[in-house]
Amino acid sequence: MTRSPAQRRPAPARARGEAAPDEGYAGLARVQRVAAAVVDPEIPVLTLEDLGVLRGVERRKGRIVVQITPTYTGCPATHAIRLAVEAALAEAGFADAVVETVLSPPWSTDQITDEGRRKLQAYGIAPPPRGARARTLFGSETVACPRCGATETTRISEFGSTPCKALWRCGRCAEPFDYFKCL
Amino acid sequence: MTTSFSEPGREPAPAGKAGTAPAMPLLAYTLALADDALVLGHRLSQWSGKAPTLEEDIALSNLALDLIGQARLLYAYAGEIEGKGRSEDDLAYLRDEHAFTNILLVEQPNGDFALTMARHLVYAAFMQPFFAALQHSADARLAEIAAKAVKEMAYHVRHAAEWVIRLGDGTEESRARTERALDELWMYTGELFEMDEGERALAAAGIAVDRRAIRPAWERTIDATLAAATLARPAERWMQSGGRAGRHSEHLGPMLAEMQVLHRAHPGVTW
Repeated sequence: MTRSPAQRRPAPARARGEAAPDEGYAGLARVQRVAAAVVDPEIPVLTLEDLGVLRGVERRKGRIVVQITPTYTGCPATHAIRLAVEAALAEAGFADAVVETVLSPPWSTDQITDEGRRKLQAYGIAPPPRGARARTLFGSETVACPRCGATETTRISEFGSTPCKALWRCGRCAEPFDYFKCL
Repeated sequence: MTTSFSEPGREPAPAGKAGTAPAMPLLAYTLALADDALVLGHRLSQWSGKAPTLEEDIALSNLALDLIGQARLLYAYAGEIEGKGRSEDDLAYLRDEHAFTNILLVEQPNGDFALTMARHLVYAAFMQPFFAALQHSADARLAEIAAKAVKEMAYHVRHAAEWVIRLGDGTEESRARTERALDELWMYTGELFEMDEGERALAAAGIAVDRRAIRPAWERTIDATLAAATLARPAERWMQSGGRAGRHSEHLGPMLAEMQVLHRAHPGVTW
């Protein structure tokens, strides 16, 4: 979701190269593409777009501002993501772009895209069900094994290798697996 | 560590938006919430590497991380309210014991695993409904921090409750330890509901949460968990107090010395 700059200007001639500060809307669209393609440092199959943490790109007082939202408040990946976005933008010619953290509305696993869910599954991480947070948190959870699809699975630990994951085991293929828990 | 919520050009949420409460109570309120989260987060992190099982080691580290994350957001905001350029690091590492206004419950030593879980249940069972109420605060920034924290605290309540039930309804040894833990901690539960004049003014302005209104939800969670654990709620007793005024037990000072030593030995150190 790209926010329009306050004063949209027509795209100028590309005399000064793609990263020219007055590039306007087309430039912001490219910033959006570059930022969206950055991958999560802890789940490297997911891009920021898949994860749903990219909140907007805008030009403010002449600077490009990219807004991201943290998943868990204490997630160390937030800082790494910020650095990765700045590095990717610098490489694409937007050296003065700044990354800003926004909290509201709070991130939820419902913001992970369908493509993101498919990638998680293929990577061996059971994706979170949509819109099921209240039920899964306080009722019984049914989590399908990402390897064999069986639903005879049990939770080994509520907390896994990162704040967003729990550790489960499949009763059919006996493999342990990560489950991206609902938030 | 730095969390930039005040990038050039972005206006921070105005302090005391509702306009009737002065800025200082809001600073004190935000700092107290930050101190609660940081001190308990640090306590939990002391289990890292030596929890009873590997899964629990990871769980406690994750719980600690949530609390430290919440503390960072609150300290960053407190620094902005104060307006003297103090960063979240300055507030966490360069204040002395008596400047900390956390409740006494969170600074109590980890003790055994039963005590850590009982302490966490008592805290999380309060903070979950507290943040649920604070997300409707008239202060936009506190509201958005609470909206994130409430989702995390739901997991904390569940994890701590599951353990208290397992330990209470477990072996003779685990039951005795859990009973003892609740008994030792109970006198620190009164502070959860204390409000000073500044906090009452903030509550009247719709910024702070009326802590007394959280009591029914807290009691429901505690009573339901203890019933499932076949444990009795400790008898009502005299309540310890003083944390919010900076009067701490003998345990906070040594904990801060350990927590702050690196930053004080190497001022301004970063990763």
